[in-house]
Amino acid sequence: MGARFERQRHLLDFAVASLARRPAKNLGLTLVYALVVFLLGSVMLFGSAIRREAGVMLADAPEIVAQSMVMGRHDLATGADLEALKGLRGIRRVEPRLWGYLWDSAGAANYTVMVPSPSDAAHALASGEAIVGEGVARARKLAVGKPFFLVSPAGKFLRTRIKAILPQASALVSSDLVLVAEADFRSFFAIPADRYTDFAIEVANPREVSTIAEKASVRLPTYRFVTRADMHRTLEALFSWREGLALALLAASLLAFVILAFDKASGLSAEERREIGILKAIGWETSDVIRMKLWEGTAISGTAFLAGLLAAWVHVFFFSAGLFEPVLKGWSTLWPRFPLSPEVDALEIATLALLTVVPYTAAVVVPIWKTAVTDPDAVMR
Amino acid sequence: MIFHPSILALLGSSWLATAVLLASAVFAMRLLASWDRASGSERQIRLERATILVSTAVGLVLALEAASLILFVFNADRMSALFVGAMCAVGTLNASVYGFATLYAKIAVFFASALWLVLDRVDGEGRDFPLIRLKYAALLAVAPIVALEAGLETAYFLDLKADTITSCCGKLFEDGPQSSGAGGELAALEPRPALWLLFGGAAVVVLGGLVAGRSRVFQIAQGVFGGAMFVVGLAAIVSVVSLYVYEQPHHHCPFCLLKREYDHFGFALYLPLFLGAAAALASGMLGVVPRRASLAVAQPAIAARLARLSALGFALFALACLWVIWRSNLLLFG
Repeated sequence: MGARFERQRHLLDFAVASLARRPAKNLGLTLVYALVVFLLGSVMLFGSAIRREAGVMLADAPEIVAQSMVMGRHDLATGADLEALKGLRGIRRVEPRLWGYLWDSAGAANYTVMVPSPSDAAHALASGEAIVGEGVARARKLAVGKPFFLVSPAGKFLRTRIKAILPQASALVSSDLVLVAEADFRSFFAIPADRYTDFAIEVANPREVSTIAEKASVRLPTYRFVTRADMHRTLEALFSWREGLALALLAASLLAFVILAFDKASGLSAEERREIGILKAIGWETSDVIRMKLWEGTAISGTAFLAGLLAAWVHVFFFSAGLFEPVLKGWSTLWPRFPLSPEVDALEIATLALLTVVPYTAAVVVPIWKTAVTDPDAVMR
Repeated sequence: MIFHPSILALLGSSWLATAVLLASAVFAMRLLASWDRASGSERQIRLERATILVSTAVGLVLALEAASLILFVFNADRMSALFVGAMCAVGTLNASVYGFATLYAKIAVFFASALWLVLDRVDGEGRDFPLIRLKYAALLAVAPIVALEAGLETAYFLDLKADTITSCCGKLFEDGPQSSGAGGELAALEPRPALWLLFGGAAVVVLGGLVAGRSRVFQIAQGVFGGAMFVVGLAAIVSVVSLYVYEQPHHHCPFCLLKREYDHFGFALYLPLFLGAAAALASGMLGVVPRRASLAVAQPAIAARLARLSALGFALFALACLWVIWRSNLLLFG
């Protein structure tokens, strides 16, 4: 075992020395390789970070949301239905919610206008007060204590004063949020007293969520019940799909890189041929030359992979993936600015390695073999 | 669902492996038809040179296939968040009829690859290509399995739909009277005999691996017992070891073990078990393969080393089982 290990160590030594003898050629290849890893790695790290962020955000979402439907379209829920749901076994609490969208021509953006939950004492509002998300504050240059005006589509005017601005930590969900008091909301949108946007349902036993949703849909057949797991699945599928699509588009750059690697490995200089000829003449076997060349490939792959991954990590977690952000996040005037939590898992690294190291290795195997089987006298003559 | 990074990587590697294996199979047919070691013809020299390329390329892709087995299961576990009813890899694999078939094909490819790589390694020890015909005939057998695996995997990923309602591991590996299928039967195995089988079997293969040495009979026996121990090990994981990990008397899933909640403990069980089984089977194979003059020393030595490696794998597996039983708060007996 020891002798074999020593042999491989010497081959690796030789391979690294051989790479160092041709710095320009190898450095160029390593840089392009690292760039490919960086591109693919950025997409993957950003995709998974945003999925994680969405998971964190959904942790606070209601277990079940019930929406009234008329002719397949979302309608307002009624107070009578609220009572019908409250009587259902297994449901701990049903909270009627009031929220809606508003196009604000002044900020040129869509806001989500909402009434805070009565149980949420931290965001309790009196009539004439408002709490806004970080994106709204940015778009309208708002600060605490400043007046904030909204105009409804019907031309109705709502004058509020900013009570607070929501922290950036929850920006993914609250960036475009405007919280107002219930009385203001109803008069602004002209919503009657016992009408609600939807119901948030809290279930006593989290394992029974799907059963409760099923039971509730029997009691209120005109309602749609969306569970938190449904929302999580949808977001997960959406972001995975976008990430995969971006990767598939980057496959072209990967292909270009593979062709470059193949070309570089095939086009040996006269000096390199001489070197291999001498090695074989002094007793190296073809398999030794192949091993040495594979070690060269491993050294290049290892360096480029680590450099590319590190660069991607810095790009995503320190610069919020500026290059790919619009593609993966979607687009909106008020897209939140939020720092992504820097985490990398083994599955991502393994996937990235499969997507980059494997094509490179596949591209260089045949040229390496061609080099290694050349007769010493043929190359030295 | 095909536009998922890990799926793209898995499919890419599977089809690359298939392309390499199919090209190698074509070469294998040419070699089997016209290999003549005594000849000094141009064609023979070309064949000899090409064998080096084929060995290198096949070695690389088969190693890749082993890595993709782990990635496949890990990814299935991760994707369980996408399917209604799925709690772990079982739900994702159950979401399509091709799921478990792909997993079994991948396991078959893993063992076939391991055996072929050992054959290739032993052949490389002889100066006169002693096992070349056997090796390439074997490659002709491995190539269709790899192609089948790539086909099944593609069908599986194409068949996955986000709105599929699947069943979780509790359904497949339940030990109640309504249990069905192999998973249910394994789960219904009584813990006491399962533990006897597990540790008795482990003792046999660990001792067998250590004493096998250069004896062909012992090596073959190690191969047979090692293969059986693989099945016993899996059965024991489902029927009893999993209970100790989860500390629940009715949760038998062999896939939840890989989850973060259980510290990825499954890897501590599966990696040595697969290693032990592959090494035992390879040792047994070398016991069966006729010994050529140029391999008179190398072949028995490698077989003995593999037998010892299998003993190490099974010993680590048994120790991991013992450790989890000792550490668990679950009391099944007494």
